[in-house]
Amino acid sequence: MADNLLFFTELMGMPVLDLKGRRIGRVKDAALVPRDHPSRIDRYLVGGGDAWLTVRYDQIATVSRDAGIRLSDEQLVPYHDDDCILRIARDLRDQQIIDVTGRKVVRVTDLTMEIRLEDGRATLHVVEVDIGLRSMVRSLLQGMPSRWIRRLQEPIAPHSIRWELCNVLESDPLRRLRLAIGYQKLEEMHPADLADIVEELSPAVREAIIETIDSEVAADTLSEIDPKMQAAILESLEPEKAADIVEEMAPDEAADALSELGEETSEEILEEMEAAPKTEVEELLEFEEDTAGGMMNTEYVALPETARVADAMTALRANEDLLEQLNTIFLVDAQERLVASVPLARLFVAPADAQLREMASDPLIQVPVDESQHRVAEQFDKYNLLTLPVVDEEGKLAGVITADDIISLLRQK
Amino acid sequence: MRRLLSRFRYHILIFFAVIGPGFITAMVDNDSGGIFTYSAAGARWGYLPLWTLLPITLVLIITQEMCSRMGAVTGKGLADLIREEFGLRVTFVMMTLLVVTNFSNVVAEFAGVASSLELFHVSRFISVPLSAVAVWFLVVKGNYRSVEKIFLFASLLYVSYIISGILVRPDWKEAAIYSVKPVLLLEPGYIYMLIGMVGTTIAPWMQFYLQSAVVEKGITAKDYAASRVEVVFGCIMTDVIAFFIIVACAGAIYSVAPKDIQDAKEAALGLKPFGQYAFLLFSAGLFNASIFAASILPLSTAYSVCEGLGFEAGVDKRMKEAPIFYLLYTLLIAAGAGAVLLPNFPLVKMILLSQVLNGALLPFVLIPMILLINRRDLMQEWVNPRWFNLITWVTVAFMIGITAALVAVTIKGM
Repeated sequence: MADNLLFFTELMGMPVLDLKGRRIGRVKDAALVPRDHPSRIDRYLVGGGDAWLTVRYDQIATVSRDAGIRLSDEQLVPYHDDDCILRIARDLRDQQIIDVTGRKVVRVTDLTMEIRLEDGRATLHVVEVDIGLRSMVRSLLQGMPSRWIRRLQEPIAPHSIRWELCNVLESDPLRRLRLAIGYQKLEEMHPADLADIVEELSPAVREAIIETIDSEVAADTLSEIDPKMQAAILESLEPEKAADIVEEMAPDEAADALSELGEETSEEILEEMEAAPKTEVEELLEFEEDTAGGMMNTEYVALPETARVADAMTALRANEDLLEQLNTIFLVDAQERLVASVPLARLFVAPADAQLREMASDPLIQVPVDESQHRVAEQFDKYNLLTLPVVDEEGKLAGVITADDIISLLRQK
Repeated sequence: MRRLLSRFRYHILIFFAVIGPGFITAMVDNDSGGIFTYSAAGARWGYLPLWTLLPITLVLIITQEMCSRMGAVTGKGLADLIREEFGLRVTFVMMTLLVVTNFSNVVAEFAGVASSLELFHVSRFISVPLSAVAVWFLVVKGNYRSVEKIFLFASLLYVSYIISGILVRPDWKEAAIYSVKPVLLLEPGYIYMLIGMVGTTIAPWMQFYLQSAVVEKGITAKDYAASRVEVVFGCIMTDVIAFFIIVACAGAIYSVAPKDIQDAKEAALGLKPFGQYAFLLFSAGLFNASIFAASILPLSTAYSVCEGLGFEAGVDKRMKEAPIFYLLYTLLIAAGAGAVLLPNFPLVKMILLSQVLNGALLPFVLIPMILLINRRDLMQEWVNPRWFNLITWVTVAFMIGITAALVAVTIKGM
């Protein structure tokens, strides 16, 4: 074990010595000021006598495991709580944090810090958050001579997360601001992974995350969350914020989420939404949940039946946000009635002036909006579909059901 | 119309969404130890002990309500909260005690499985291993929702006690009178029985299980009202069943010849003269209660321990993802069932021991609970109101006193 590493459990209770080498107290806690420096221990809270004292990092000369902390400046002020400090023993140890790369919620047992020399002064920097058995041994035995503990824990494999890859959780928005805790790191995760994490957290933190992250990411994440929890989260948000998120969701997901909410809340959210997504969602809300209409979404590309490959390409460019999910293009006649569906892949092997009509799948498979869920699933199975168009009473294209809707449906059973 | 329908559906959904945790916990409370205690009370003292059921119900409601409220408001399990607020050392000690205590309970449940099926002439060497394997598979291979449905169904089977209570044709008038008329006899046996009845009601594992289950269910402070109704309803049902067990044994055994019974099997046999059905239902009820508790206890223990110590847990995780959880779960079942199969294993003593351990651990669970539930930073406006605190502290002091007495008396008796 390198000698420049110090565990938080070893720092706790370490003696603090003044210029003459007299002990003034022991370390009770240490704190970061994330706004000044993300990893440097800024303050040491020292207990001695009646009150705690605050030692700033630039008042320290040396830190060592055997000799404790030696000060270089004795002008200490009494400790007072401050919203800008993240106290390790109080706010971090034993609490949950997010391991961003491991995509998990973990509980902090101990911290590994590094003793660095800066301007001839010893400073401590948090390098790792320790979880798992090894740190548990240290934590349980805290207070015993550190040499023994280090020897005892040696054979156990370490389990740690680099400090930069941790996301500290805080539900109070004001304090989050003061502590400069952001959730940007979470935005880079896959929404499905983030959803798993969010589901594991307590409601307060869960809401804080959804509220803070970018609306688009929040929408994607929310779509992956269990419907009941989805409803609870949306209800806890300000209607405006909820509306921003719901707008970014796929219309069918949005309609599902809103239908889980109470009448009043869902009205309030719809109220705040912009006109275009609002109408789409409202239309979908009209359908019974267990029919084709309730399952479908309205994110599709439909072209006139006379369209050619080049037209399709133009349409796709205009609908770039749909591309990730899209696998079929629909053709409709002048009355918007569905006449054909064209698998997207066919476009790649056809000349630009080819008629889309000629590449259509045969036969045309479609279902009416009031078709039962069960029958819809059957059609997918029977015809091995990826996408199934849904038409209204007049044969007009109303929406599409995609294979992922079917998979969620079957998994629910 | 559509709106009206959807609003109605919303409320129904909320109710069914929260039914489960509180009800299941309360039902499992009548496990093999509980059934033994109630049977013994009825067989020896007849209708006299019935009055205790009202105060017992009250105490049960108070503790269970606190847990489910804490779960709903904080969204965290009890073990989680203890870890966050009291640190690793306290949690570690508590979890170690919980494992030991719950292990003795698991053994007691498998002992219940063994003795109930022996009434049907099934050897314990067949019944116990089969039950253990079934329980293990049910939870590990089934998904949470279907497991919960099975548990809810198992709760319904407790009705068998109500029916067998009726089949025995007890003296209803006397049962009604003694349900509200406190009788205190200053006989050691009677006092011991009273202590035992209160002692079996509130077990440490219930607090952990209920709170985690409430969290798992995603019940929040907003729909907590429905959850509270469910908890209260569950607690009342628990004691209704206790009532019928006592009445059945009072009618069948006490009114013929009062006697001290040694285990629940004997109680079932005592019902035999009153018809095959009364006997069958009573024995089937014992089997159901034992196997039901045997499925929940190991699961709940593994869950609490992993939650508190920060290991991955959950039946939805794969074994590789949550190795400690599955290891602990499997060990509890395997060792619990294995212990019952040891030659000359003292089944009755084990049930008594599990009660002693439950009682001894209880204060260590109840006190942190009260401290936590009064923290405004955790519970916001949901902290205990002052009068509730008063009742709770009295309850806790009473429970601690009574379980201390139970522990003392049982150890003396062992």
